[in-house]
Amino acid sequence: MTISFLMDGKEVIVEENKTLLEVARENGIDIPTICFHEVTTANALCRICVVEVEGQRVLQPACIVKAAAGMKVQTRSEKVIRARKTILEMLSSTMDLSEAPEIQTMMREYGADTSRFPDAERRESDVIDDNPMYIRDYSKCLLCWRCVQVCAEDAQYTFAINFDGRGFETQIGTFFDKTIPETSCVLCGQCVAVCPTGALKPKREYLLEQGMSPQEISVLNTGRKKRKA
Amino acid sequence: MSEIDLTPLKPAIESYIPLGRSGLLPALHAAQKIYGWLPQVVAGEVAKLLHVPLADVHGVIEFYSLYYNEQVGKTFIRVCTDPACALKGADRLLDHLCNHYDVKPGQTTEDLSLTIERSPCLGLCEQAPAVWTMDDGQWTVGDGEKEDDRPRSSVYGQIRELTSNCGEGTTTLAKYGEYSAYKKAMTLKPEDVIAEIKASGLVGRGGAAFPTGVKWEGAAEADGTQKYVVCNADESEPGTFKDRILLLDDPHRTIEGMCVAAYAIGASKGYIYIRGEYPYIVPVLENAIIEARDAGYLGEKFDIEIRVGAGAYICGEETALFESIEGKRGFPRVKPPFPTTNGLFDKPTIINNVETLCNVPLIISKGSTEYRRIGTEKSPGSKLFCVSGDVVKPGLYEVEFGVTLRDLIIMASGVASKKSLKAVLFGGAAGAFATSEHLDVKLTFEDLRSAGLPLGSGVVMVFDETRDIRDVLKRLGKFFAHESCGKCYPCQMGTQRQMEILNRVAVGDALPDDYVRLEDVGWTMTDASLCGLGQTAASAVLSAMKLWPELFKDEGGGMKDEKKKVSKVSEAAKKPVVKKEVSKVSKVSKAMKKVSKVKPKAVKKVTKAAAKIKKKTTTKTTKKK
Repeated sequence: MTISFLMDGKEVIVEENKTLLEVARENGIDIPTICFHEVTTANALCRICVVEVEGQRVLQPACIVKAAAGMKVQTRSEKVIRARKTILEMLSSTMDLSEAPEIQTMMREYGADTSRFPDAERRESDVIDDNPMYIRDYSKCLLCWRCVQVCAEDAQYTFAINFDGRGFETQIGTFFDKTIPETSCVLCGQCVAVCPTGALKPKREYLLEQGMSPQEISVLNTGRKKRKA
Repeated sequence: MSEIDLTPLKPAIESYIPLGRSGLLPALHAAQKIYGWLPQVVAGEVAKLLHVPLADVHGVIEFYSLYYNEQVGKTFIRVCTDPACALKGADRLLDHLCNHYDVKPGQTTEDLSLTIERSPCLGLCEQAPAVWTMDDGQWTVGDGEKEDDRPRSSVYGQIRELTSNCGEGTTTLAKYGEYSAYKKAMTLKPEDVIAEIKASGLVGRGGAAFPTGVKWEGAAEADGTQKYVVCNADESEPGTFKDRILLLDDPHRTIEGMCVAAYAIGASKGYIYIRGEYPYIVPVLENAIIEARDAGYLGEKFDIEIRVGAGAYICGEETALFESIEGKRGFPRVKPPFPTTNGLFDKPTIINNVETLCNVPLIISKGSTEYRRIGTEKSPGSKLFCVSGDVVKPGLYEVEFGVTLRDLIIMASGVASKKSLKAVLFGGAAGAFATSEHLDVKLTFEDLRSAGLPLGSGVVMVFDETRDIRDVLKRLGKFFAHESCGKCYPCQMGTQRQMEILNRVAVGDALPDDYVRLEDVGWTMTDASLCGLGQTAASAVLSAMKLWPELFKDEGGGMKDEKKKVSKVSEAAKKPVVKKEVSKVSKVSKAMKKVSKVKPKAVKKVTKAAAKIKKKTTTKTTKKK
């Protein structure tokens, strides 16, 4: 069955049971996303995809809210713009987004001021290099949860990582900060694949960035074979 | 680690093992009772016995502030420094204690004899300043005037309907009498019970004011044979203490309310989720449940389990509370689906506040017509107000809906020390400020709504003319930053940024753009947060900005110009055109340079790590048995 509703003043007719984000993308309307990923359960936590739906007290996340007949949706109302812009400004005041080009583009598009919050506490931590497959640089982590999700029920059922702390102090962590080889991690690499900011990075890519030559890296032989031996 | 004896652990958590993951919080409580904290080997053993992944157990320990994964003092003192207690000298008390024992807030003495911590609201606001002491497993609360290890209940007001059994210790079943409302309900059809609740006009008393009957109807009509009734006793809103008194003095009223609810929706299992800061209520409830079982009110058809929280304001949010019962971090879920169809364990659930449930036996016994004889047409019945701060007689006040704020303050014998009124914080930390202009507003849902004030959880916190509202705001900012769960971005970062700005404002050090910055953060949290915590985390701040804009101005003024600038920026943002990238980039790198200079977090981490190391060494030398 199809339904009809208004998106940015234009009537759209779509199949039932589609999210506002899906409808927008099909109709060439740009709604930005950060935490959303096709392979992970949508948690609607970054709130960058919020839109204004007439009759709703608060803004609605387009990634999970389903289109309904008669709905009136504004994807770029004043409220929406303020929320997106402020979220982006808070992100840039919190973590290192130098390796998140999509978010940088978003910031330019929304006119986000990267120095909006002077004297703001940032989330900083040292690079954790404790296994042969990937490094963890939580200064770049924006807590999209994707790594925790793919490590758990969304893919691997490994449950090697979860959360440390709460609120602003939240960080991805292992059981009592154990190193990755000491956890249930099977080095499947799925967490690295879904990380949007370079917080999780293949070890070799990291070493190249650190100035090591491919040759030097190849003789390091940091692969799993060595670990077993 | 090897010195830790695991033998007493299994027997202590045996009964939670069949619950699996849902048994995690009770198991961790039991473990912490044995060891005083949660060492790695203990957490690992709990994980193994309950079949919960190690990382998840750690995640839960990290989330709840009453679980400790490093050794804490044998004696533990928590001093509440939230607004109501701050008015009564909580900071001085904390300083005094810390100086006396030569320890800083949040630290443990080297010999592991004492930990002193700043605490969020302990729900003892009418007897501020509140202190909660744990001495070798023995709890003491209140202002030090020990009374059977339980706080006093100061109950006043105009009528005594909900509070008829409050104020004189715990009411036993013998004194409460039979569950006549429950018996009467069972002579009716479940749908007629719901119709009666709907006809009474009862709405939720926890803060959201949702019509109770409609909620019940939703769960009654939902598909499924397993349904739940949950009593939300996670009262943690700063300034709120009504549920503490209702449960401590009259536990059977809540239990009877739950029985009626269970009958109405066809639930066989109920939970009372009580905040971890109310340990003294747990044995009272346990005993009342045993009495109710013995009398045949609870048992095969419907029974109740108590769950104790572990220090997380967010767990008062209904879906976060379900997650907590399920043994997880208290992250709120996205809604819809709503609890009435997909609640606890994904089953149809009704979740009601303690005060809401206490209204139920009254409505059923009297009938909705008689119940509506007091209060107003749109706000029927009576209401409990938690009056604290600068009044002569702080306490719990039961009044008819419709008395004015002035009436209530007069009942409390007026503003203390013959001073005049500056402001009233309405509805708690998530509420809004009122001033003397609002004294004649009637305390009803409809009148308060049109005055732009939330009834919330019934908080009326009074500030006299000498008080500095900026100090109050600083504390509210700290509270929300401490209690944000960290799930959604607006609240996770917004509560932190709001706190930082309010800290500057409090010391008169506001930056030129802070007013607009605070507004943008506040409205972003309000409009875009995932749950009620974030959506109201700026409510009191935004109301104060409207009432006293001068408090937020920097020394040089210039606020208006800043406002203009921002509206220009948002105009630009509306047009999604990428322009002048070069200048933006240079701005970015400028910002980066600035940022790299400021490294408060790193410093903090180092000291934290240093403290840890220090603790570890002392642990080894002083080895506690």
